[in-house]
Amino acid sequence: MINLQDIMETITMIQDENLDIRTTTMGISLLDCADSDIASSCRKVYEKICRKAENLVKTGEEIERTYGIPIVNKRVSVTPIALLLAASGGNPVEYAKTLERASQTVGVNFIGGYSALVQKGFAAGDEALIRSIPEALAVTDHMCSSVNIGSTKTGINMDAVRMMGQIVRQTAEMTADRSCIGAAKLVVFCNAPEDNPFMAGAFHGPGEPDCVINVGVSGPGVVRAALAKLDKSANLTEVADLIKKTAFKITRMGQLVGTEASKKLGVPFGIVDLSLAPTPAVGDSVAHILEEMGLATCGCAGTTAALALLNDAVKKGGVMASSHVGGLSGAFIPVSEDAGMIAAAEKGVLKIEKLEAMTAVCSVGLDMIVIPGETSAEVISAIIADEAAIGMVNSKTTAVRVIPAIGKQVGETLEFGGLLGSGPVMAVNQVSPETFIHRGGRIPAPLQSLKN
Amino acid sequence: MRAVISVIGKDTVGILAKVSERCAAVNANIVDVTQTILQDMFVMIMMVDISKINCEFADMAASFEQLGEQMGLSIHAMHEDIFNSMHRI
Repeated sequence: MINLQDIMETITMIQDENLDIRTTTMGISLLDCADSDIASSCRKVYEKICRKAENLVKTGEEIERTYGIPIVNKRVSVTPIALLLAASGGNPVEYAKTLERASQTVGVNFIGGYSALVQKGFAAGDEALIRSIPEALAVTDHMCSSVNIGSTKTGINMDAVRMMGQIVRQTAEMTADRSCIGAAKLVVFCNAPEDNPFMAGAFHGPGEPDCVINVGVSGPGVVRAALAKLDKSANLTEVADLIKKTAFKITRMGQLVGTEASKKLGVPFGIVDLSLAPTPAVGDSVAHILEEMGLATCGCAGTTAALALLNDAVKKGGVMASSHVGGLSGAFIPVSEDAGMIAAAEKGVLKIEKLEAMTAVCSVGLDMIVIPGETSAEVISAIIADEAAIGMVNSKTTAVRVIPAIGKQVGETLEFGGLLGSGPVMAVNQVSPETFIHRGGRIPAPLQSLKN
Repeated sequence: MRAVISVIGKDTVGILAKVSERCAAVNANIVDVTQTILQDMFVMIMMVDISKINCEFADMAASFEQLGEQMGLSIHAMHEDIFNSMHRI
């Protein structure tokens, strides 16, 4: 029989330390829905999503009740819509409306895949889809969009980077009356993973099977609670070991839920995403883990090193616990979704420059950062370029999800509510990189040897 | 197939009786019971065989949660696999 301490540990993790499965995401390929007529293409898309994901929410709820572990989100990710648009032409917003309608029918929290992969250049459909993003995100509530503008193998498509600066701004402007929420559902990637279950960047890559279940775990609260019990004199080797052991336990939950969901739905199990995903709830913060390690406030000197340790230990613990690992896998640092990050940013200790350094050692990038409404499209493009360069050179995924708070200045706050939380407007260096951004072209792929 | 029923809260008369009565009602066979006081809280862990229960396990779990609410205790019935997967390699 399992011993009492183990049982109590699991129950405490779930009841008091916010352990949950952040998402079960069903990836659905829409490649077989492509049609030269956009109306029939949309009809096939709607039918396929509704058919495949019909029981997704119900099955998730059954698993929650059986194992007593909350599954916070049930989501769907689909083939990048730009690939369908290439065949059908027409107004891409029709696809957005179709995805929104399908997400409501099957009852999922989010649907991702209004996406384009343009790391090397624009194919048919890509440019039209990107230009339609602001409108698509303004007329939908549950749909998320992402664009991959660079990779280690291809370099960075700076024409796409220039365009995305404008798109991010326009998206915020078009939803200015709703806390600029559109921009919170738009991610710009470098090295985007094709099996990521987390929003807003989830899409179902062209190399994926027809239908698959991916799981994203959470659990910053559990890691923090474990560290809180550790003696303050314990050295960092012991800290890393404890995080590894905790990450192992958290990930085992993801593996169990993924296996069960896959069995019940008759859909292959893809990957577990080993992520520490914070929520605005007290006690569910990645920043608080770093502070528990011994930093006075997240953002002070030492933050990057502490985060590097955390990120690596989470992966090492998680890999052993799961048969297949993928997605973004690492500690997330979305400012508005993390109570500790919000507090650190409000105090002025955590700045965007430090966040940029942190993204070099963790998943994923400049995430959920509210920037002043006056920030120009060129500055946003340059932020994207900087972040993509970090990802490209270090062979890792990086992303930018910044929200220009239209009409707001540093010191004010933008409220999103729910899992997206609220974010203080953070100062951004407004000196113009205009000429650099307007040059366009491509930044060549980096050398993979002579690593210095 | 087994499940773990955990009862946490303030000790009162009849906890074991009420939980066992509910087990019998759904035809869950009690295999083992441990009780202890942890940090001033009464903790009871009950291992039950659920292979012959007369309802869906999810419904049984929900009914124990309800019972917990009525008694002012935290009662959870969770499938054994969650503990096995977390604590056994």
